[in-house]
Amino acid sequence: MSHSTEKVRVGRLSDIDPLGSRRLNVNGLEIALFRLSGGEILAVENRCPHKGGVLSEGMVCGPVVHCPLHDWRIDLRSGEALDPDKGCIETFATEVADDGTIFLTLNASPGAAESEPDSHIA
Amino acid sequence: MTTIERKKLVLVGNGMAGVRTIEHLLKLAPDRYDITIFGAEPHPNYNRIMLSSVLAGGVGMDEIVINDLDWYRGGGITLHMGQAVTMIDPRRRRVYAEGGIEEEYDELILATGSNAFILPVPGADKEGVIGFRDIKDCRTMQEASAKYKKAVVIGGGLLGLEAARGLLNLGMDVTVVHINEYLMERQLDRPASIMLQQELEKQGMKFLLKKQTEAVLGRQRAKGLLFKDGSMLEADLVVMAVGIRPNVELARRSGLDVNRGIVVDDHMRTSVPNIHAVGECAEHRGIAYGLVAPLYEQGAVLAKNLAGASADGYAGSVTSTKLKVSGVDVFSAGIFTEPEGARSLRYQDEIEGVYKKLVIRDDRLIGAVLFGETGEGPSLFSLIRSGERIAGREKELLLGLPAGAAAACGSGGGAARLEAMPGDEIVCGCNGVSKSEIVAAIGDGCTSLGAVKACTKASASCGGCKPLVEGLVQLYAGDAAVAVKEGICGCTGLSRDEIVAEIKRMGLKTVKEVMNVLDWNNEEGCSKCRPSLNYYLGMLWPAEYKDEKESRFANERYHANIQKDGTYSVIPRIYGGVTSPTELKRIAEVAEKFDVPLVKFTGGQRLDLLGVKKEDLPGVWEALDMPSGHGYGKALRTVKTCVGSTFCRFGTQDAMGMGVRLEKAFERMNAPAKVKLAVSGCPRNCAEATVKDFGVVAIDGGWELHVGGNAGVHVRATELLGVVKTDDEVEEWASAFLQYYRENATWNERTAPWVERVGLEHIKQVLASEDERKALHARLRDTLDRTVDPWKQIVNEPELRKNFERLPAAEVVSGSAADDGERKKEESA
Ligand code: SRM
Ligand SMILES: Cc1cc2nc3c(=O)[nH]c(=O)nc-3n(C[C@H](O)[C@H](O)[C@H](O)COP(=O)(O)OP(=O)(O)OC[C@H]3O[C@@H](n4cnc5c(N)ncnc54)[C@H](O)[C@@H]3O)c2cc1C
Ligand code: SF4
Ligand code: FES
Repeated sequence: MSHSTEKVRVGRLSDIDPLGSRRLNVNGLEIALFRLSGGEILAVENRCPHKGGVLSEGMVCGPVVHCPLHDWRIDLRSGEALDPDKGCIETFATEVADDGTIFLTLNASPGAAESEPDSHIA
Repeated sequence: MTTIERKKLVLVGNGMAGVRTIEHLLKLAPDRYDITIFGAEPHPNYNRIMLSSVLAGGVGMDEIVINDLDWYRGGGITLHMGQAVTMIDPRRRRVYAEGGIEEEYDELILATGSNAFILPVPGADKEGVIGFRDIKDCRTMQEASAKYKKAVVIGGGLLGLEAARGLLNLGMDVTVVHINEYLMERQLDRPASIMLQQELEKQGMKFLLKKQTEAVLGRQRAKGLLFKDGSMLEADLVVMAVGIRPNVELARRSGLDVNRGIVVDDHMRTSVPNIHAVGECAEHRGIAYGLVAPLYEQGAVLAKNLAGASADGYAGSVTSTKLKVSGVDVFSAGIFTEPEGARSLRYQDEIEGVYKKLVIRDDRLIGAVLFGETGEGPSLFSLIRSGERIAGREKELLLGLPAGAAAACGSGGGAARLEAMPGDEIVCGCNGVSKSEIVAAIGDGCTSLGAVKACTKASASCGGCKPLVEGLVQLYAGDAAVAVKEGICGCTGLSRDEIVAEIKRMGLKTVKEVMNVLDWNNEEGCSKCRPSLNYYLGMLWPAEYKDEKESRFANERYHANIQKDGTYSVIPRIYGGVTSPTELKRIAEVAEKFDVPLVKFTGGQRLDLLGVKKEDLPGVWEALDMPSGHGYGKALRTVKTCVGSTFCRFGTQDAMGMGVRLEKAFERMNAPAKVKLAVSGCPRNCAEATVKDFGVVAIDGGWELHVGGNAGVHVRATELLGVVKTDDEVEEWASAFLQYYRENATWNERTAPWVERVGLEHIKQVLASEDERKALHARLRDTLDRTVDPWKQIVNEPELRKNFERLPAAEVVSGSAADDGERKKEESA
């Protein structure tokens, strides 16, 4: 992880159901990819700021995912928890090519580099 | 998203039915059409019903406008006011109006209403002879009252009496001439009619009954009437209120099929493509209606069709009427004569001036007439419409004691009655607004009659329900501490019952559609309303509805219980808690093969494999080769059993056999909340059946059926539903109970609070009828027969199975994201 940004191919639009999500692990980092109703793909760190709930398993309502453990709502665009809760997770830039291929840009930010790979459930 | 090109929609007739259709359409599909409206009258859409009140005084002409000009402008609607359409050319799809305006259409709605029927007698065209239909007629009467003294109203029906009352208020001497022997014979039976006549006579109205008009006398202006029997009556003003005729001239001229009205099918389509008709001008299954409530129902169907949403057709309406004459309370609904096979119950109190009649056929209410006390009208009307059985409740309905609210009687109705009124009771019949909708509006800050009217439309049409709405405002807005009804979540103000009723009425078929049509304030809902809508839709339309897994909580989407670390637990079904060495061995092998961290006996008599990785779930299921135990769902969980007569020395019946049978009968059953059953072999009750949703306890020669138990957060023991003899009866009763619960409980409401809420007595009454039980049983069977085991389905369908797997390790394409210009979408954060 020497470079500061890295663009990776992570799958295709058809891999993700509308209002659904898929998980992936890049360099030990757990990422959840969400597909909103309009086809937009958003990527976030797959870890609820509350108690580490697995966000990919949550219900998607508009641009928000409800954590499956205690129903916190996380804005997938900003990574912020919505009121009344407080917290934030990392978001990642995504692109969808004309042929449906999804690309993800990873910022090897200090935070991400520090997080130890094994803190995420396998 | 591409925008579809707007189509052209033209409405002919700027009246109550037509404009209501447009209002509805704008809600469903605001951008689909460019809308043009032609109206023959020089006014925006106004409330025709209120003309009676305008005439009687107290309401100004400007107060009855429903849609002011700003409304048309705001909706982007082109309005041609005072422009009657004279011709339609269906081939060129154009309409032509008097003033030379022509418009092209893709879809055309005819809503031309009716005309007052003017008796074809000599002299009917004289000055001073009018109908009672529009603002113009109303003005003519007001002006005449300033100059003349004697008025005659021909016609002793609703409209005639309301006109007569108005003319009395204007200071005229009024006689009502009626051809029949008694008044309002189309709504009332003879006793009620006689009481009505006496009351109106007290108010100063005169009557000439059984009189047939032969001619209107006078030169240029009417001077009097000549009757068939040779007698005469002086009059300066003659109001003909003898009926209405659907206004079909334009349609007939343009080649549409016309009978009494413009003939339409259940989707309000006329005989000519792209031309629709609604309102009084339309004839549906032989009936042309003359009241707004059915016309609004027609409008809702048409709006849905035009919006491109699928709609169940319009199936006709049962109507109810109320006379809007102050000091006289008259209500009539349904069939009030006694057709063959029907019986009637009557109550008459000459001193208080009260008369009530209920007409009943096959234990169902089919009609009602009320005079003097009409407060029960709406609840009777909703019973007529729902067609529910009223056996055993007849007397209570006749005497107007609200069920289970004996305390309210004697207090003279008022607040107590309003409080006791069920939430789904329709308060405003014209607009179909229920009590709970009004209460919700009040809760949302509508604390005046006007505000409630503005946001719910209650009392916005005939205004007959105004006292009730005012009462509700007083009752629920007065004290903030009063429990105000809320919607099912922050996304809507509607209650469960309202939502279910709307889904049924409009035939809504997807979660998205419900949220759109019912004006959700959160476009995609939330984790509360989405699963509940998904449940209600599946319950209502078992055949057509496709379950939306994206609207289910993780456990029900992945068919396992999510754990705090994102792994899942797997509980296979072990019918009645009875297993076998082979099955146990297989479970053990699977646990070893997949390195399952923990294997545990559950409190529900089965085995739980905890800590299974998500990607292993399909593999585990496949290897287990057992059906899902639904340990994660709002669904049938376990059926616990004890040993029973098979081995136990006290056992009276085969508890295990019964448990296995019930579990097989109801497995895969979705419900508002989880459902647990148990069967004990004797009253020692080792299976703890009396804390289950449905508990069965064997006794010598039969089975006790217990319902509404819960051992969870709030322990509640069951109540005894009844005792039956045979095994088949156990299944039938269980099935009927569970289906009734499925159809009536609120999502996430277990049987314990539900039974408490609706009362065991009510449930007993419903289930007492064998027909009802069989029908409920059949509906549940039909639903269950369409279900499949979710584990098997996921194992076999790659499209579903893929969701359990991780996406493959990402492939690096570049070290920097800045160089790519041709990508479609950039990150939006
Ligand atoms: C596995 C089991 C405990 C055990 O190891 O024995 C269990 C485990 C859970 N129970 Fe339970 N309940 C289990 C039997 C019970 C029982 C006993 C019974 O069914 O005979 C009860 C009391 C009976 C009753 O329901 O009335 C019970 C009352 C609850 C409640 C309170 C329900 C209530 O209405 O008050 C909850 C909370 C809820 O449902 O919202 C709950 C919720 C849960 C959940 C699903 C919590 C959750 O949402 O994640 C637990 C999942 C644990 C997991 O990690 O998978 N569990 N739970 C039992 C599974 C039985 C089975 O074979 O399916
Ligand atoms: C005094 C009175 C009291 C009533 N009280 C009640 C009551 O208490 N409860 C109840 O349910 N109902 C009541 N009604 C009946 C109710 O008003 C009607 O059922 C309802 O208005 C019918 O709606 P509609 O849209 O079909 O017709 P309308 O409301 O009559 O609208 C039709 C419109 O089309 C226009 N039009 C006709 N031909 C053309 C053309 N060629 N080009 C352009 N425009 C055209 C007409 O001018 C009219 O404005 C009452 C009616 C009256 C008159
Ligand atoms: S239910 Fe009765 S018979 Fe069965 S095990 Fe319990 S005590 Fe024994
Ligand atoms: S861990 Fe997400 S809400 Fe608690």
